[in-house]
Amino acid sequence: MADAAVPLDAGAETTVNRPSLLKRILFNNLPAKIAALPMMVTVLVVFVGCTIWTIYYSFTNSKLLPTGKFVGFDQYERLFATSRWNVSVTNLIAYGAMSLVFTLVVGFILAVLIDQKIRFESAFRTIMLYPFALSFIVTGLVWQWIMNPTLGLQTTLRNLGWTNFSFDWIANPRMVLFALLIAGLWHGTGFCMVLMLAGLRGVDEEIWKAARIDGIPTWRTYVSIVLPMMRGVLVTALVIIGSGIVRLYDLVVALTNGGPGISSEVPAKYVFNYMFSGGNIGQGLAGATMMLLTVVIIMVPWAYLEFGGKGRRT
Amino acid sequence: MKKFAVAAVMATALMSSTAAMAVDLEVTHWWTSAGEAAAVSEFAKVFEEQTGNTWVDSALAGSGTGANPVIISRIIGGDPMGATQMNTGRDAEELIKAGLMRDLTDVVADMNIDSFYVDESLLTPCRYEGGLYCLPVNIHSWDWLWLSTKAYTKIGQPVPKDWNEYVASWPALEEAGILPFGLATGWPFSGIPGVLMSGIGGSDLVLAINRDKDVEAVRGPQFRKVAEALDSLRKVISPETMVPSFGDVGNQLLEGTAAGNIHGDWLQGDLQVAGGVPGKDYECLPALGLGDKLTGGGDSFYFPKLPEGTDPAVLQAQADLARILISPEAQLKFNLVKGSMPIRTDIDLAAANPCMQKALGMLKNGLLPSGDFSLSSDTQQQFQDLNTEFLDDDSITVDDYIERYASILESDE
Repeated sequence: MADAAVPLDAGAETTVNRPSLLKRILFNNLPAKIAALPMMVTVLVVFVGCTIWTIYYSFTNSKLLPTGKFVGFDQYERLFATSRWNVSVTNLIAYGAMSLVFTLVVGFILAVLIDQKIRFESAFRTIMLYPFALSFIVTGLVWQWIMNPTLGLQTTLRNLGWTNFSFDWIANPRMVLFALLIAGLWHGTGFCMVLMLAGLRGVDEEIWKAARIDGIPTWRTYVSIVLPMMRGVLVTALVIIGSGIVRLYDLVVALTNGGPGISSEVPAKYVFNYMFSGGNIGQGLAGATMMLLTVVIIMVPWAYLEFGGKGRRT
Repeated sequence: MKKFAVAAVMATALMSSTAAMAVDLEVTHWWTSAGEAAAVSEFAKVFEEQTGNTWVDSALAGSGTGANPVIISRIIGGDPMGATQMNTGRDAEELIKAGLMRDLTDVVADMNIDSFYVDESLLTPCRYEGGLYCLPVNIHSWDWLWLSTKAYTKIGQPVPKDWNEYVASWPALEEAGILPFGLATGWPFSGIPGVLMSGIGGSDLVLAINRDKDVEAVRGPQFRKVAEALDSLRKVISPETMVPSFGDVGNQLLEGTAAGNIHGDWLQGDLQVAGGVPGKDYECLPALGLGDKLTGGGDSFYFPKLPEGTDPAVLQAQADLARILISPEAQLKFNLVKGSMPIRTDIDLAAANPCMQKALGMLKNGLLPSGDFSLSSDTQQQFQDLNTEFLDDDSITVDDYIERYASILESDE
């Protein structure tokens, strides 16, 4: 935007009154800068400021109040010596990978199916999107009742005569992550589908006609032509799903509360427990900083590819 | 009608002799369930009747994890309430050290509180550098073994009289398809090791660990017995048979589908709401039927320091409330409704049910400090994590458990 506002200056290099660089940065397009000021202050103080605060206090031995002394990496040493934290991280990676892949794939397939000019499209769309309108707490509680072995589906079917039916994932440490995944997918795929559908609708009808004339099979058109054209939508969906995974908390609290044992714990829950009920801010913030670091490690290479090379974007 | 109300208010204000002017006093607490709300309104009634001031009730949802942070951040943030309830223990320790709580030494100076408090250990968490910063108002105890009469009728055995008989009955119960031990998911398990510690380990062990933080006691033979009892307990518990909340365990006991449960005295409220009669539908064994003392925690009231320039009448109202909360009249009314034990020894609780009578009898022997008193919330959280993990992961042996327990205790500050 700033570039577009100064073409005259750039062209008239010989003019005597060429404003200094500082002046240009400060006063060019002044109204726009004034308008953006509240946003810039918010970002600097709330986001950047609080992040720095968080990182700083993760190196102290603060308990209930942020008053502790600097203790170096002690909190981090304890963090990585804690089995609950390590289990949490492993769980998040496993859940995250599965959730990301399944949400995108299932969301895309559902969008393609709805895109076939079917009848009652808006009814299907509403049904699919409906779970997204429920909070994670409600989702978690509903699925908790369904999957509870003594109260839910398992008992119901056994009472109906199917005596060896077994569905106890929620009580099985090895399967509990899949129970979480079911609830998470039920909640999230509808939204992903709607995003994808918007992307599909954005593809020009002419392209479909051209593909048909060339005799390209429909599935091939989707995979090789339409999908690459939906890059913007895909990135949006990826960011939304990804951030949802990292802050995964309320679903776990409502569905399993970390159990059985500690087999479905997640990092956000650890951070919350130690900051509030544990009264150990230093330990909680060390966990929060590690979560931030993970996000940064994922985001930086992506941001570099996406915004780094100028003019690369099509 | 309105005129009449105004006149009535003025009349009460004039008649009340203790307060020069009626003021509002905001009180925060997390007693939100039906029984709890009824109990706290007893306090409010006595306070308003005796002083003419208004009790502004601010109930907060979410108890220790939800309400506690709100209360703490209001006090830190410079918006203190007139008085607040919290658990008896170290949750407010840093607020006291930071000088944010009012010293009550002078307020209760003439009441000689040491003479009527059940045990001096109750007041220990309130004392700091010679000052007194809170007043415990009730005692709750975890140390109860609840047994189902129906389950034992089914297998044709008498209801056990103590923990050892109970353990011996497990095989017969399992054979009859009855759960030996009903359990709810989540936090209820974390209270059980402490109960085993006072019942099986004995008073000396409790004092050594909860008061003196003696790591060697954890590695000693008495604690090993406790860990082994916990180990045998986890063998009869399976995640598949766990129910969502402790109230559901109460139902299992009444139906006879589960034979026993270790849970705090507040389970009794649920048992009675569901129509259970102590002695007939269920039996209660304080301290597992082995010990003669209970460990106890409970709730305390704190009075935050109010900002400079506060109306002296409000400060007076704080002081009045502090004295009323521990007065015999308010203690009797409050604890009968709450189902907890009073902090005074000189109250006649003839109306209490048989289980509570047993507990009151044991209170005469004094009270053992619960872990809340001396261990930081950080340490308690770590113990809870360890217990949750131990319950479900059989690869953690009794030795591992003892070693990890000891190292957590060692790092307590």
